[in-house]
Amino acid sequence: MRHHLVLRVVSKMLIPFILLFALYVQFHGDFGPGGGFQAGVLFAAAFVLYALVFGVEHAREVLPPKALAILVPAGLLIYAVTGFAGIFLGGKYLDYDVLAATPTAGQHLGVLVIEFGVGVTVAAVMVSVFYDYAGRTSDVDAEDW
Amino acid sequence: MSGDDMIIWVNFSLLTMLCLSAVAILLVRHLFAVAALTGAFSLLAAGLFVAMDAVDVAFTEAAVGAGISTVLLLGTLALTSRREKAAPIFSPTALVVVLMTGAALIYATSDMPAFGDPNAPGHAHVVPTYIEGSENDLVIPNIVTSVLASYRGYDTLGEVAVIFTAGIGVMFLLGLRREDEDDEGTVRRGTARRSGDGSDDRDGGGDEA
Amino acid sequence: MLDAVLAHYNYWLIVILMMIGLYVVISRGNLVKKIVGLNIFQTSVFLLYISLAKVTGGTAPILTGKPEVFSNPLPHVLILTAIVVGIATTALGLALVVRIRETYGSIEEDEILAAEEVIATHEADAAGEAST
Repeated sequence: MRHHLVLRVVSKMLIPFILLFALYVQFHGDFGPGGGFQAGVLFAAAFVLYALVFGVEHAREVLPPKALAILVPAGLLIYAVTGFAGIFLGGKYLDYDVLAATPTAGQHLGVLVIEFGVGVTVAAVMVSVFYDYAGRTSDVDAEDW
Repeated sequence: MSGDDMIIWVNFSLLTMLCLSAVAILLVRHLFAVAALTGAFSLLAAGLFVAMDAVDVAFTEAAVGAGISTVLLLGTLALTSRREKAAPIFSPTALVVVLMTGAALIYATSDMPAFGDPNAPGHAHVVPTYIEGSENDLVIPNIVTSVLASYRGYDTLGEVAVIFTAGIGVMFLLGLRREDEDDEGTVRRGTARRSGDGSDDRDGGGDEA
Repeated sequence: MLDAVLAHYNYWLIVILMMIGLYVVISRGNLVKKIVGLNIFQTSVFLLYISLAKVTGGTAPILTGKPEVFSNPLPHVLILTAIVVGIATTALGLALVVRIRETYGSIEEDEILAAEEVIATHEADAAGEAST
């Protein structure tokens, strides 16, 4: 990709905005279309774009697979632990009413935290799956492909 | 032309373009073109979702279908092959099965509520409580998020577990380091190449460069 | 008659789309194409659900403070989940195709079956020789 100057320059300009847009979609899922899934996929798309233009090795230095191995279960655990927090504070599993002073504030907090968990897991899984596909060396000969 | 008439034409044209791209996916043999057509198909489906007021679903379909799915298909094609083998285009058994199933489904849709009917039974039971609760109890404007995260939060937990399982499944299938070529019992056991006589028809897929 | 068509035209077109997807799955032997056909089928099922949710004169189910008619948000939630589960199964299916290609050297169904037959005869011969 050394020759594709336009691609390198444009993606260098675009990737920060894609990441920012992913954060916006994540935390404004309450007020407009959005939420954890869309934000996670957008976040992963930014990293996939970086890997496609600059090489998978550079992308692995930016977001190492070991960090992904921690992030993939972390989101699911955040979600599950929020459910248990509902039990510890007196309600049922995944009951958000008891998480804060008023039920409405509790619901807001609960939705925010679990959407964050969903976003983290989805982003990490998508990037991890891309790394698995991109890192697999192909044994196909050129004339058989 | 009023808004309701416009929506009919928008739906009809988007659905027709979807059918045409599906037929193109059926007939095209170069698999990279199939991957690009799949991306276009997902984008058209996202447009149709917007036309039917499902903005969250359109967002997800555009991001997932036109984005991630295309990347995964291209990654697979880079590791497998880029052309479909030439085969008889017409398969009568498949056509008969498909026509019979399609006829049964179309007969079944005659019983379904009219498109856009506000009195359809699907809109009646829990949905008004969700809309009203999202407005008064939760004070979350996006009703889809409030149903997804709060009223049906348990299902979303299961869904995140499914994504997690798929991630570690792909990690086990592709992510671990590949075994060596001369490791007997694992990768090369069943290869047609190794067995030598007769069945070396593997190059049928790639000889049209 | 026109009323019946206007009430159901999109269900019929969606069923046609579904059947094209099913035909791709059944009739094509290439594994990647089968998975793509399955995706077409899945997307058409999503379209069916979302068109059941639409209310004429309604808007997207996001509260704006003004009283208005909303489209049914519950199928939207179900389909959101279904889309993400669909991509998960597609990713796993494609990973399996890559492994099949590495093991059998082909992703065409008939070539894989032929390779399996050769392996079976080889193993039968080997078992026959070992016992004699």
